[in-house]
Amino acid sequence: MTIQELEATCRQVRRDIINMTADAGSGHPGGSLSVTEILVALYFSKMKIDPKNPHDPNRDRFVLSKGHATPALYGVLGRRGYFPVEEFKGFRQIHSILQGHPDMKKCPGVDASTGSLGQGASIAAGMALGAKYSGNPCHVYAALGDGECQEGLIWEASMAAAHYKLDNLTFILDNNGLQIDGSNNQVMSLGDIPAKFAAFGFHVVEVKDGNDMRQVLDALDQPAETGKPTCIICHTTKGKGVSYMENQAGWHGKAPNEEQRAQALKELEA
Amino acid sequence: MSEKIATRVAYGQTLVELGKQNDKIVVLDADLASATMTKYFKDAYPERHFEVGIAEADLIDLGVGMSTMGLTPFCSTFAVFGGRCFEQIRNSVCYPHNNVKLAFTHAGLTVGEDGGSHQAIEDIALMRVLPGMTVIAPCDANETRKAVLAAAEMDGPVYLRLARLPTAVFDDMPFTVGKGHVMREGKDAVIFTYGTMVEVSLDAAKLLADKGMDVAVVNIHTLKPLDEELVRAYAQKCGKVFTVEEHSIIGGLGDAAAAAIAGKVSCQFCKIGVEDRFGQSGKPMDVLREYGLCADQIADRILKF
Repeated sequence: MTIQELEATCRQVRRDIINMTADAGSGHPGGSLSVTEILVALYFSKMKIDPKNPHDPNRDRFVLSKGHATPALYGVLGRRGYFPVEEFKGFRQIHSILQGHPDMKKCPGVDASTGSLGQGASIAAGMALGAKYSGNPCHVYAALGDGECQEGLIWEASMAAAHYKLDNLTFILDNNGLQIDGSNNQVMSLGDIPAKFAAFGFHVVEVKDGNDMRQVLDALDQPAETGKPTCIICHTTKGKGVSYMENQAGWHGKAPNEEQRAQALKELEA
Repeated sequence: MSEKIATRVAYGQTLVELGKQNDKIVVLDADLASATMTKYFKDAYPERHFEVGIAEADLIDLGVGMSTMGLTPFCSTFAVFGGRCFEQIRNSVCYPHNNVKLAFTHAGLTVGEDGGSHQAIEDIALMRVLPGMTVIAPCDANETRKAVLAAAEMDGPVYLRLARLPTAVFDDMPFTVGKGHVMREGKDAVIFTYGTMVEVSLDAAKLLADKGMDVAVVNIHTLKPLDEELVRAYAQKCGKVFTVEEHSIIGGLGDAAAAAIAGKVSCQFCKIGVEDRFGQSGKPMDVLREYGLCADQIADRILKF
Protein backbone atom coordinates (compact mmCIF):
# COMPACT_ATOMS: atom_id res chain seq x y z
CA MET A 1 0.00 0.00 0.00
CA THR A 2 1.23 3.49 -0.74
CA ILE A 3 1.41 6.06 1.97
CA GLN A 4 -1.52 7.88 0.36
CA GLU A 5 -3.57 4.70 0.47
CA LEU A 6 -2.67 4.15 4.11
CA GLU A 7 -3.68 7.71 4.91
CA ALA A 8 -6.96 7.23 3.07
CA THR A 9 -7.50 4.06 5.12
CA CYS A 10 -6.95 6.09 8.29
CA ARG A 11 -9.66 8.54 7.18
CA GLN A 12 -11.97 5.61 6.46
CA VAL A 13 -11.28 4.06 9.87
CA ARG A 14 -11.87 7.41 11.55
CA ARG A 15 -15.27 7.63 9.86
CA ASP A 16 -15.94 4.09 11.09
CA ILE A 17 -15.02 5.15 14.62
CA ILE A 18 -17.47 8.05 14.48
CA ASN A 19 -20.24 5.92 13.00
CA MET A 20 -19.75 3.02 15.41
CA THR A 21 -19.79 5.19 18.50
CA ALA A 22 -22.68 7.35 17.22
CA ASP A 23 -24.73 4.26 16.28
CA ALA A 24 -24.04 2.61 19.64
CA GLY A 25 -24.60 5.82 21.57
CA SER A 26 -21.51 4.93 23.60
CA GLY A 27 -17.86 3.97 23.26
CA HIS A 28 -14.46 5.64 23.27
CA PRO A 29 -13.78 7.89 20.27
CA GLY A 30 -10.95 10.04 21.68
CA GLY A 31 -8.33 7.35 22.20
CA SER A 32 -9.50 5.49 19.09
CA LEU A 33 -8.82 8.53 16.92
CA SER A 34 -5.37 8.99 18.45
CA VAL A 35 -4.28 5.37 17.89
CA THR A 36 -5.58 5.09 14.32
CA GLU A 37 -2.29 5.55 12.41
CA ILE A 38 -0.59 3.01 14.70
CA LEU A 39 -3.22 0.34 14.02
CA VAL A 40 -3.47 1.03 10.29
CA ALA A 41 0.32 0.92 9.94
CA LEU A 42 0.44 -2.42 11.76
CA TYR A 43 -2.45 -4.19 10.04
CA PHE A 44 -2.06 -2.76 6.53
CA SER A 45 1.72 -2.61 6.31
CA LYS A 46 3.86 -4.06 9.06
CA MET A 47 2.41 -7.25 10.46
CA LYS A 48 2.66 -10.66 8.85
CA ILE A 49 -1.00 -11.66 8.95
CA ASP A 50 -3.65 -13.28 6.80
CA PRO A 51 -7.22 -12.18 7.54
CA LYS A 52 -8.45 -15.39 5.88
CA ASN A 53 -6.42 -17.45 8.34
CA PRO A 54 -6.69 -15.56 11.61
CA HIS A 55 -5.44 -18.53 13.67
CA ASP A 56 -2.23 -19.13 11.70
CA PRO A 57 0.19 -20.12 14.50
CA ASN A 58 3.06 -18.17 12.96
CA ARG A 59 1.16 -14.91 12.42
CA ASP A 60 2.37 -11.75 14.09
CA ARG A 61 0.29 -10.93 17.17
CA PHE A 62 -1.31 -7.68 18.22
CA VAL A 63 -2.72 -6.88 21.64
CA LEU A 64 -4.79 -3.77 22.19
CA SER A 65 -3.75 -3.24 25.78
CA LYS A 66 -5.72 0.03 25.82
CA GLY A 67 -8.72 -2.17 25.14
CA HIS A 68 -11.29 0.62 25.16
CA ALA A 69 -10.08 1.73 21.71
CA THR A 70 -12.21 -0.98 20.08
CA PRO A 71 -13.79 1.36 17.50
CA ALA A 72 -10.31 1.82 15.96
CA LEU A 73 -9.44 -1.87 16.24
CA TYR A 74 -12.74 -3.03 14.76
CA GLY A 75 -12.51 -0.42 12.03
CA VAL A 76 -9.09 -1.73 11.06
CA LEU A 77 -10.01 -5.43 11.35
CA GLY A 78 -13.20 -4.91 9.34
CA ARG A 79 -11.48 -2.90 6.61
CA ARG A 80 -8.67 -5.47 6.51
CA GLY A 81 -11.21 -8.21 5.86
CA TYR A 82 -11.37 -10.16 9.12
CA PHE A 83 -15.16 -9.80 9.13
CA PRO A 84 -17.79 -8.01 7.03
CA VAL A 85 -17.99 -4.27 7.72
CA GLU A 86 -21.75 -4.72 8.20
CA GLU A 87 -20.79 -5.99 11.67
CA PHE A 88 -19.93 -2.40 12.62
CA LYS A 89 -23.65 -1.78 13.13
CA GLY A 90 -23.63 -4.30 15.96
CA PHE A 91 -20.89 -2.57 17.95
CA ARG A 92 -21.76 -2.81 21.65
CA GLN A 93 -25.16 -4.37 20.87
CA ILE A 94 -26.52 -7.64 22.22
CA HIS A 95 -25.13 -10.83 20.59
CA SER A 96 -22.57 -8.88 18.54
CA ILE A 97 -19.05 -10.12 17.86
CA LEU A 98 -18.01 -6.51 18.50
CA GLN A 99 -18.08 -6.32 22.28
CA GLY A 100 -17.39 -3.05 24.07
CA HIS A 101 -13.88 -4.31 24.76
CA PRO A 102 -12.02 -6.87 22.60
CA ASP A 103 -13.12 -10.49 22.97
CA MET A 104 -10.71 -12.99 21.41
CA LYS A 105 -13.32 -15.74 21.44
CA LYS A 106 -15.98 -13.69 19.64
CA CYS A 107 -14.17 -11.46 17.14
CA PRO A 108 -11.91 -12.85 14.39
CA GLY A 109 -8.49 -11.22 14.41
CA VAL A 110 -8.50 -10.31 18.11
CA ASP A 111 -5.47 -12.04 19.62
CA ALA A 112 -6.20 -11.27 23.28
CA SER A 113 -9.21 -10.23 25.33
CA THR A 114 -8.38 -6.94 26.99
CA GLY A 115 -10.10 -3.97 28.54
CA SER A 116 -8.76 -4.06 32.05
CA LEU A 117 -5.75 -1.79 31.73
CA GLY A 118 -2.26 -3.18 32.20
CA GLN A 119 -3.17 -6.76 31.42
CA GLY A 120 -2.65 -6.62 27.66
CA ALA A 121 0.99 -5.58 27.99
CA SER A 122 1.67 -8.54 30.25
CA ILE A 123 -0.23 -10.92 27.96
CA ALA A 124 1.83 -9.64 25.01
CA ALA A 125 5.04 -10.28 26.95
CA GLY A 126 3.76 -13.80 27.67
CA MET A 127 3.10 -14.31 23.96
CA ALA A 128 6.61 -13.16 23.10
CA LEU A 129 8.06 -15.41 25.80
CA GLY A 130 5.99 -18.34 24.54
CA ALA A 131 7.13 -17.62 20.98
CA LYS A 132 10.78 -17.64 22.06
CA TYR A 133 10.36 -20.93 23.91
CA SER A 134 8.49 -22.52 20.98
CA GLY A 135 10.82 -21.20 18.29
CA ASN A 136 7.91 -19.34 16.70
CA PRO A 137 9.28 -16.55 14.47
CA CYS A 138 6.37 -14.18 15.05
CA HIS A 139 6.63 -10.65 16.40
CA VAL A 140 4.28 -9.41 19.10
CA TYR A 141 2.97 -5.84 19.18
CA ALA A 142 0.94 -4.20 21.93
CA ALA A 143 -0.63 -0.75 21.91
CA LEU A 144 -0.57 0.88 25.35
CA GLY A 145 -2.25 3.99 26.61
CA ASP A 146 -0.28 6.58 28.53
CA GLY A 147 -2.73 6.69 31.43
CA GLU A 148 -2.50 2.91 31.38
CA CYS A 149 1.16 3.22 32.40
CA GLN A 150 -0.07 4.20 35.85
CA GLU A 151 -0.89 0.51 36.30
CA GLY A 152 1.84 -1.35 38.16
CA LEU A 153 1.40 -4.35 35.88
CA ILE A 154 2.86 -2.37 32.95
CA TRP A 155 6.14 -2.22 34.86
CA GLU A 156 5.99 -5.82 36.03
CA ALA A 157 5.58 -6.82 32.39
CA SER A 158 8.35 -4.45 31.35
CA MET A 159 10.77 -6.00 33.83
CA ALA A 160 9.94 -9.46 32.49
CA ALA A 161 10.29 -8.28 28.88
CA ALA A 162 13.81 -7.03 29.55
CA HIS A 163 14.75 -9.96 31.78
CA TYR A 164 13.78 -12.49 29.12
CA LYS A 165 15.38 -10.38 26.36
CA LEU A 166 12.16 -10.25 24.36
CA ASP A 167 13.41 -8.60 21.19
CA ASN A 168 10.34 -10.08 19.49
CA LEU A 169 8.12 -7.71 21.49
CA THR A 170 7.22 -4.10 20.69
CA PHE A 171 5.13 -1.88 22.92
CA ILE A 172 3.66 1.12 21.13
CA LEU A 173 2.59 3.89 23.44
CA ASP A 174 -0.27 6.08 22.27
CA ASN A 175 0.94 9.12 24.17
CA ASN A 176 -1.97 11.53 23.76
CA GLY A 177 -1.47 13.03 27.20
CA LEU A 178 -5.09 12.76 28.34
CA GLN A 179 -7.13 10.36 30.43
CA ILE A 180 -10.66 10.30 31.84
CA ASP A 181 -10.24 12.78 34.66
CA GLY A 182 -7.93 15.20 32.83
CA SER A 183 -4.34 15.34 31.63
CA ASN A 184 -1.86 12.67 32.74
CA ASN A 185 -0.04 15.37 34.66
CA GLN A 186 -3.17 16.38 36.55
CA VAL A 187 -4.23 12.83 37.38
CA MET A 188 -0.89 11.12 38.06
CA SER A 189 2.27 12.42 36.48
CA LEU A 190 4.10 9.91 34.34
CA GLY A 191 7.34 11.86 34.38
CA ASP A 192 9.90 11.11 31.71
CA ILE A 193 8.24 8.21 29.90
CA PRO A 194 11.08 7.47 27.43
CA ALA A 195 13.61 7.49 30.27
CA LYS A 196 11.42 5.16 32.31
CA PHE A 197 11.15 2.55 29.54
CA ALA A 198 14.87 2.93 28.79
CA ALA A 199 15.67 2.40 32.46
CA PHE A 200 13.54 -0.76 32.41
CA GLY A 201 15.74 -2.08 29.59
CA PHE A 202 13.80 -1.19 26.45
CA HIS A 203 15.14 0.01 23.14
CA VAL A 204 13.18 3.27 22.98
CA VAL A 205 12.08 4.98 19.79
CA GLU A 206 10.24 8.29 19.87
CA VAL A 207 7.81 9.41 17.21
CA LYS A 208 7.31 13.15 17.19
CA ASP A 209 3.92 12.94 15.52
CA GLY A 210 2.24 9.59 15.98
CA ASN A 211 -0.60 10.72 13.74
CA ASP A 212 1.80 11.09 10.82
CA MET A 213 1.79 7.83 8.87
CA ARG A 214 5.31 8.25 7.48
CA GLN A 215 6.78 8.77 10.94
CA VAL A 216 4.90 5.78 12.39
CA LEU A 217 6.04 3.52 9.55
CA ASP A 218 9.64 4.68 9.90
CA ALA A 219 9.58 3.86 13.61
CA LEU A 220 8.06 0.41 13.01
CA ASP A 221 10.66 -0.28 10.33
CA GLN A 222 13.60 0.36 12.63
CA PRO A 223 15.29 -2.93 13.39
CA ALA A 224 14.93 -4.29 16.90
CA GLU A 225 17.96 -4.19 19.12
CA THR A 226 19.12 -7.73 19.77
CA GLY A 227 18.23 -8.89 23.25
CA LYS A 228 15.99 -5.92 24.05
CA PRO A 229 12.27 -5.29 23.80
CA THR A 230 11.28 -2.15 21.90
CA CYS A 231 9.04 0.66 23.08
CA ILE A 232 7.87 3.11 20.43
CA ILE A 233 6.51 6.22 22.05
CA CYS A 234 4.13 7.99 19.70
CA HIS A 235 3.14 11.52 20.58
CA THR A 236 -0.45 11.69 19.38
CA THR A 237 -3.51 13.90 19.58
CA LYS A 238 -6.53 12.58 21.41
CA GLY A 239 -9.58 12.95 19.18
CA LYS A 240 -7.34 13.47 16.11
CA GLY A 241 -9.17 14.55 12.98
CA VAL A 242 -12.36 15.80 14.60
CA SER A 243 -11.93 19.45 15.50
CA TYR A 244 -14.25 19.54 18.48
CA MET A 245 -12.78 16.34 19.96
CA GLU A 246 -9.09 17.17 19.61
CA ASN A 247 -7.26 17.44 22.93
CA GLN A 248 -10.51 17.22 24.90
CA ALA A 249 -10.43 14.70 27.76
CA GLY A 250 -14.23 14.82 27.78
CA TRP A 251 -14.30 12.83 24.52
CA HIS A 252 -12.56 9.85 26.10
CA GLY A 253 -15.73 7.86 26.56
CA LYS A 254 -18.60 9.77 25.02
CA ALA A 255 -20.43 9.20 21.73
CA PRO A 256 -21.20 11.99 19.25
CA ASN A 257 -24.86 12.90 18.71
CA GLU A 258 -26.32 13.11 15.21
CA GLU A 259 -25.32 16.71 14.67
CA GLN A 260 -21.81 16.03 15.92
CA ARG A 261 -21.62 12.89 13.77
CA ALA A 262 -22.47 14.88 10.65
CA GLN A 263 -19.85 17.49 11.42
CA ALA A 264 -17.18 14.87 12.18
CA LEU A 265 -17.90 12.91 8.99
CA LYS A 266 -17.67 16.12 7.00
CA GLU A 267 -14.28 16.87 8.49
CA LEU A 268 -13.12 13.33 7.77
CA GLU A 269 -14.22 13.22 4.14
CA ALA A 270 -11.94 11.32 1.79
CA MET B 1 -0.33 -45.83 56.68
CA SER B 2 2.85 -44.70 55.00
CA GLU B 3 4.79 -41.47 55.37
CA LYS B 4 2.85 -38.22 55.23
CA ILE B 5 3.34 -36.06 52.13
CA ALA B 6 2.20 -32.51 51.44
CA THR B 7 0.08 -32.05 48.33
CA ARG B 8 2.45 -29.29 47.21
CA VAL B 9 5.24 -31.87 47.04
CA ALA B 10 3.13 -34.25 44.99
CA TYR B 11 2.31 -31.32 42.71
CA GLY B 12 5.97 -30.56 42.04
CA GLN B 13 6.76 -34.22 41.43
CA THR B 14 3.83 -34.63 39.05
CA LEU B 15 4.91 -31.59 37.05
CA VAL B 16 8.15 -33.39 36.30
CA GLU B 17 6.21 -36.45 35.15
CA LEU B 18 4.00 -34.23 32.97
CA GLY B 19 6.94 -32.36 31.55
CA LYS B 20 8.46 -35.61 30.38
CA GLN B 21 5.33 -36.54 28.44
CA ASN B 22 4.48 -33.14 27.04
CA ASP B 23 6.81 -30.36 25.93
CA LYS B 24 3.92 -27.87 25.85
CA ILE B 25 3.88 -27.83 29.65
CA VAL B 26 5.52 -24.69 31.00
CA VAL B 27 5.68 -23.55 34.62
CA LEU B 28 5.71 -20.01 35.98
CA ASP B 29 6.50 -19.09 39.54
CA ALA B 30 6.73 -15.81 41.46
CA ASP B 31 9.90 -16.39 43.49
CA LEU B 32 8.40 -19.25 45.46
CA ALA B 33 9.58 -22.25 43.47
CA SER B 34 11.22 -23.77 46.52
CA ALA B 35 7.98 -23.46 48.49
CA THR B 36 5.38 -24.27 45.83
CA MET B 37 7.69 -27.14 44.85
CA THR B 38 7.85 -26.20 41.20
CA LYS B 39 11.58 -26.37 41.92
CA TYR B 40 11.47 -30.04 40.92
CA PHE B 41 10.33 -28.99 37.46
CA LYS B 42 12.85 -26.16 37.43
CA ASP B 43 15.65 -28.64 38.08
CA ALA B 44 14.40 -31.08 35.44
CA TYR B 45 13.43 -28.59 32.72
CA PRO B 46 15.11 -25.25 33.40
CA GLU B 47 14.30 -23.97 29.90
CA ARG B 48 10.58 -24.41 30.61
CA HIS B 49 10.43 -22.95 34.08
CA PHE B 50 9.95 -19.19 34.14
CA GLU B 51 10.59 -17.07 37.19
CA VAL B 52 8.51 -13.90 36.98
CA GLY B 53 9.81 -12.30 40.14
CA ILE B 54 7.62 -11.13 42.99
CA ALA B 55 4.88 -10.00 40.63
CA GLU B 56 1.71 -12.06 40.86
CA ALA B 57 -0.33 -10.05 38.37
CA ASP B 58 2.40 -10.60 35.79
CA LEU B 59 2.53 -14.28 36.76
CA ILE B 60 -1.02 -14.72 35.55
CA ASP B 61 -0.92 -12.63 32.39
CA LEU B 62 2.44 -13.98 31.20
CA GLY B 63 0.79 -17.39 31.58
CA VAL B 64 -2.20 -16.17 29.60
CA GLY B 65 0.05 -14.95 26.78
CA MET B 66 1.86 -18.29 26.70
CA SER B 67 -1.44 -20.18 26.63
CA THR B 68 -2.49 -18.26 23.51
CA MET B 69 0.69 -19.61 21.86
CA GLY B 70 -0.50 -23.18 22.33
CA LEU B 71 1.36 -23.88 25.55
CA THR B 72 -0.15 -25.18 28.81
CA PRO B 73 1.13 -22.98 31.63
CA PHE B 74 0.96 -23.91 35.30
CA CYS B 75 1.20 -20.70 37.35
CA SER B 76 2.09 -21.12 41.00
CA THR B 77 2.23 -18.93 44.04
CA PHE B 78 0.69 -19.00 47.51
CA ALA B 79 -3.10 -19.22 47.59
CA VAL B 80 -3.34 -16.05 49.63
CA PHE B 81 -1.74 -14.04 46.82
CA GLY B 82 -4.42 -15.28 44.44
CA GLY B 83 -6.48 -12.40 45.73
CA ARG B 84 -3.88 -9.92 44.53
CA CYS B 85 -4.12 -11.19 40.96
CA PHE B 86 -7.81 -12.01 41.14
CA GLU B 87 -8.76 -9.57 38.44
CA GLN B 88 -6.11 -10.94 36.08
CA ILE B 89 -7.61 -14.37 36.74
CA ARG B 90 -11.09 -13.01 36.14
CA ASN B 91 -10.51 -10.96 33.00
CA SER B 92 -7.54 -12.59 31.29
CA VAL B 93 -7.92 -16.24 32.27
CA CYS B 94 -11.60 -16.91 32.85
CA TYR B 95 -13.41 -14.32 30.73
CA PRO B 96 -11.79 -15.64 27.52
CA HIS B 97 -11.62 -19.18 29.00
CA ASN B 98 -7.89 -19.43 28.38
CA ASN B 99 -6.04 -22.66 29.06
CA VAL B 100 -4.18 -21.57 32.18
CA LYS B 101 -3.73 -23.74 35.25
CA LEU B 102 -3.43 -22.08 38.63
CA ALA B 103 -1.80 -24.31 41.21
CA PHE B 104 -1.68 -22.32 44.42
CA THR B 105 -0.12 -23.80 47.51
CA HIS B 106 -0.15 -22.92 51.21
CA ALA B 107 -3.93 -22.76 51.30
CA GLY B 108 -5.87 -22.73 54.54
CA LEU B 109 -5.02 -22.49 58.22
CA THR B 110 -2.49 -25.33 58.13
CA VAL B 111 0.08 -22.88 56.76
CA GLY B 112 0.58 -22.41 60.47
CA GLU B 113 3.38 -20.18 61.74
CA ASP B 114 3.28 -17.56 58.95
CA GLY B 115 -0.05 -16.46 60.38
CA GLY B 116 -3.31 -14.98 59.22
CA SER B 117 -1.78 -12.81 56.48
CA HIS B 118 -0.65 -15.99 54.73
CA GLN B 119 -3.54 -18.35 55.42
CA ALA B 120 -5.97 -18.25 52.51
CA ILE B 121 -9.45 -18.93 53.83
CA GLU B 122 -11.26 -17.28 50.92
CA ASP B 123 -9.64 -18.74 47.81
CA ILE B 124 -12.31 -21.34 47.09
CA ALA B 125 -14.98 -18.64 47.29
CA LEU B 126 -13.05 -16.39 44.92
CA MET B 127 -12.35 -19.09 42.36
CA ARG B 128 -15.74 -20.77 42.55
CA VAL B 129 -17.58 -17.62 41.54
CA LEU B 130 -15.75 -17.31 38.21
CA PRO B 131 -17.65 -18.71 35.20
CA GLY B 132 -15.86 -21.62 33.55
CA MET B 133 -13.36 -22.16 36.35
CA THR B 134 -12.82 -25.72 37.55
CA VAL B 135 -11.88 -25.83 41.23
CA ILE B 136 -10.10 -28.87 42.65
CA ALA B 137 -8.68 -29.39 46.14
CA PRO B 138 -7.05 -32.82 46.33
CA CYS B 139 -6.77 -34.60 49.66
CA ASP B 140 -3.48 -36.43 49.34
CA ALA B 141 -0.43 -37.06 47.19
CA ASN B 142 -2.08 -39.66 44.96
CA GLU B 143 -5.13 -37.55 44.33
CA THR B 144 -2.93 -34.53 43.65
CA ARG B 145 -1.06 -36.45 40.98
CA LYS B 146 -4.29 -37.42 39.29
CA ALA B 147 -5.68 -33.91 39.59
CA VAL B 148 -2.59 -32.33 38.04
CA LEU B 149 -2.63 -34.82 35.16
CA ALA B 150 -6.36 -34.24 34.66
CA ALA B 151 -5.95 -30.46 34.73
CA ALA B 152 -3.30 -30.66 32.01
CA GLU B 153 -5.67 -32.69 29.84
CA MET B 154 -8.55 -30.22 30.20
CA ASP B 155 -8.92 -27.21 27.94
CA GLY B 156 -9.62 -24.20 30.12
CA PRO B 157 -8.89 -22.68 33.50
CA VAL B 158 -8.35 -24.93 36.50
CA TYR B 159 -7.63 -23.91 40.07
CA LEU B 160 -5.75 -26.45 42.18
CA ARG B 161 -5.77 -25.78 45.92
CA LEU B 162 -2.72 -27.31 47.54
CA ALA B 163 -1.43 -27.50 51.08
CA ARG B 164 1.84 -26.99 52.86
CA LEU B 165 1.21 -29.46 55.66
CA PRO B 166 2.22 -33.09 55.07
CA THR B 167 -0.87 -35.28 55.32
CA ALA B 168 -1.78 -38.95 55.09
CA VAL B 169 -1.54 -40.76 51.78
CA PHE B 170 -4.55 -42.99 51.20
CA ASP B 171 -4.70 -46.14 49.14
CA ASP B 172 -5.09 -45.38 45.48
CA MET B 173 -8.66 -44.38 44.69
CA PRO B 174 -10.58 -43.48 41.56
CA PHE B 175 -10.47 -39.83 40.51
CA THR B 176 -12.74 -38.12 38.03
CA VAL B 177 -13.02 -34.35 37.86
CA GLY B 178 -16.49 -33.38 39.08
CA LYS B 179 -17.19 -36.73 40.79
CA GLY B 180 -17.05 -37.02 44.55
CA HIS B 181 -15.60 -40.10 46.20
CA VAL B 182 -17.11 -41.91 49.17
CA MET B 183 -14.25 -42.54 51.60
CA ARG B 184 -16.40 -44.13 54.29
CA GLU B 185 -19.96 -45.35 54.21
CA GLY B 186 -22.43 -44.38 56.91
CA LYS B 187 -26.13 -43.89 57.50
CA ASP B 188 -26.61 -41.57 60.48
CA ALA B 189 -24.89 -38.49 59.08
CA VAL B 190 -22.62 -37.47 56.23
CA ILE B 191 -19.52 -35.28 56.19
CA PHE B 192 -18.72 -33.60 52.90
CA THR B 193 -15.13 -32.43 52.91
CA TYR B 194 -11.98 -31.96 50.82
CA GLY B 195 -8.25 -31.41 50.99
CA THR B 196 -6.48 -31.66 54.33
CA MET B 197 -9.81 -32.08 56.12
CA VAL B 198 -10.49 -35.49 54.56
CA GLU B 199 -8.03 -37.17 56.91
CA VAL B 200 -9.37 -35.19 59.88
CA SER B 201 -12.98 -36.01 58.97
CA LEU B 202 -12.21 -39.71 58.70
CA ASP B 203 -10.66 -39.54 62.17
CA ALA B 204 -13.78 -37.77 63.43
CA ALA B 205 -15.96 -40.47 61.88
CA LYS B 206 -13.94 -43.13 63.72
CA LEU B 207 -14.45 -41.31 67.02
CA LEU B 208 -18.17 -41.08 66.29
CA ALA B 209 -18.33 -44.79 65.46
CA ASP B 210 -17.02 -45.49 68.94
CA LYS B 211 -20.01 -43.51 70.24
CA GLY B 212 -22.41 -45.52 68.11
CA MET B 213 -22.88 -43.00 65.29
CA ASP B 214 -22.39 -44.27 61.77
CA VAL B 215 -21.08 -41.35 59.71
CA ALA B 216 -20.27 -41.31 56.00
CA VAL B 217 -17.32 -39.27 54.74
CA VAL B 218 -17.48 -38.04 51.16
CA ASN B 219 -14.45 -36.49 49.52
CA ILE B 220 -15.60 -33.60 47.34
CA HIS B 221 -12.25 -32.94 45.70
CA THR B 222 -13.92 -30.99 42.92
CA LEU B 223 -15.61 -27.93 44.38
CA LYS B 224 -16.71 -26.86 40.94
CA PRO B 225 -18.39 -28.36 39.06
CA LEU B 226 -19.91 -29.84 42.21
CA ASP B 227 -21.11 -33.44 42.20
CA GLU B 228 -24.62 -32.31 43.10
CA GLU B 229 -26.22 -35.71 42.58
CA LEU B 230 -23.87 -37.37 45.04
CA VAL B 231 -24.38 -34.54 47.56
CA ARG B 232 -28.16 -34.84 47.33
CA ALA B 233 -28.06 -38.65 47.43
CA TYR B 234 -26.08 -38.69 50.70
CA ALA B 235 -28.12 -35.84 52.18
CA GLN B 236 -31.23 -37.90 51.44
CA LYS B 237 -29.76 -41.12 52.75
CA CYS B 238 -28.19 -39.76 55.94
CA GLY B 239 -30.54 -36.90 56.86
CA LYS B 240 -27.83 -34.99 58.70
CA VAL B 241 -25.29 -33.10 56.61
CA PHE B 242 -22.01 -31.59 57.76
CA THR B 243 -19.47 -29.81 55.62
CA VAL B 244 -15.93 -29.59 56.94
CA GLU B 245 -13.35 -27.32 55.37
CA GLU B 246 -10.20 -25.41 56.12
CA HIS B 247 -11.84 -22.36 54.55
CA SER B 248 -14.37 -19.73 55.46
CA ILE B 249 -17.88 -21.06 55.93
CA ILE B 250 -18.82 -18.27 53.53
CA GLY B 251 -18.45 -19.21 49.89
CA GLY B 252 -16.83 -22.60 50.32
CA LEU B 253 -18.07 -26.18 50.12
CA GLY B 254 -20.64 -25.45 52.81
CA ASP B 255 -22.40 -22.91 50.65
CA ALA B 256 -21.97 -24.99 47.50
CA ALA B 257 -23.50 -28.06 49.13
CA ALA B 258 -26.29 -26.01 50.70
CA ALA B 259 -27.20 -24.61 47.30
CA ALA B 260 -27.30 -28.12 45.84
CA ILE B 261 -29.54 -29.40 48.60
CA ALA B 262 -31.83 -26.42 49.22
CA GLY B 263 -35.37 -26.97 48.05
CA LYS B 264 -34.64 -30.52 46.90
CA VAL B 265 -33.76 -32.60 49.94
CA SER B 266 -35.06 -32.20 53.45
CA CYS B 267 -32.23 -32.63 55.95
CA GLN B 268 -30.41 -31.05 58.86
CA PHE B 269 -27.41 -29.03 57.78
CA CYS B 270 -24.30 -27.62 59.49
CA LYS B 271 -21.25 -25.87 58.06
CA ILE B 272 -18.01 -26.48 59.93
CA GLY B 273 -15.12 -24.25 58.90
CA VAL B 274 -13.56 -20.89 59.60
CA GLU B 275 -16.32 -18.74 61.02
CA ASP B 276 -15.85 -15.37 59.34
CA ARG B 277 -12.53 -14.59 60.96
CA PHE B 278 -8.89 -14.57 59.88
CA GLY B 279 -6.30 -17.10 60.90
CA GLN B 280 -3.28 -16.58 63.13
CA SER B 281 0.21 -17.89 63.82
CA GLY B 282 0.76 -21.17 65.55
CA LYS B 283 1.73 -24.74 64.89
CA PRO B 284 -0.70 -26.08 62.27
CA MET B 285 -2.48 -28.40 64.69
CA ASP B 286 -2.70 -25.65 67.32
CA VAL B 287 -4.26 -23.32 64.77
CA LEU B 288 -6.74 -26.00 63.69
CA ARG B 289 -7.68 -26.55 67.34
CA GLU B 290 -8.21 -22.82 67.88
CA TYR B 291 -10.67 -22.85 64.97
CA GLY B 292 -12.42 -26.06 66.00
CA LEU B 293 -11.11 -28.16 63.15
CA CYS B 294 -9.46 -31.07 64.99
CA ALA B 295 -11.07 -34.50 64.72
CA ASP B 296 -12.30 -34.65 68.31
CA GLN B 297 -13.79 -31.15 68.05
CA ILE B 298 -15.59 -32.00 64.83
CA ALA B 299 -16.88 -35.27 66.33
CA ASP B 300 -18.11 -33.38 69.35
CA ARG B 301 -19.99 -30.84 67.26
CA ILE B 302 -21.61 -33.54 65.18
CA LEU B 303 -22.62 -35.48 68.27
CA LYS B 304 -24.18 -32.41 69.87
CA PHE B 305 -25.88 -31.10 66.75
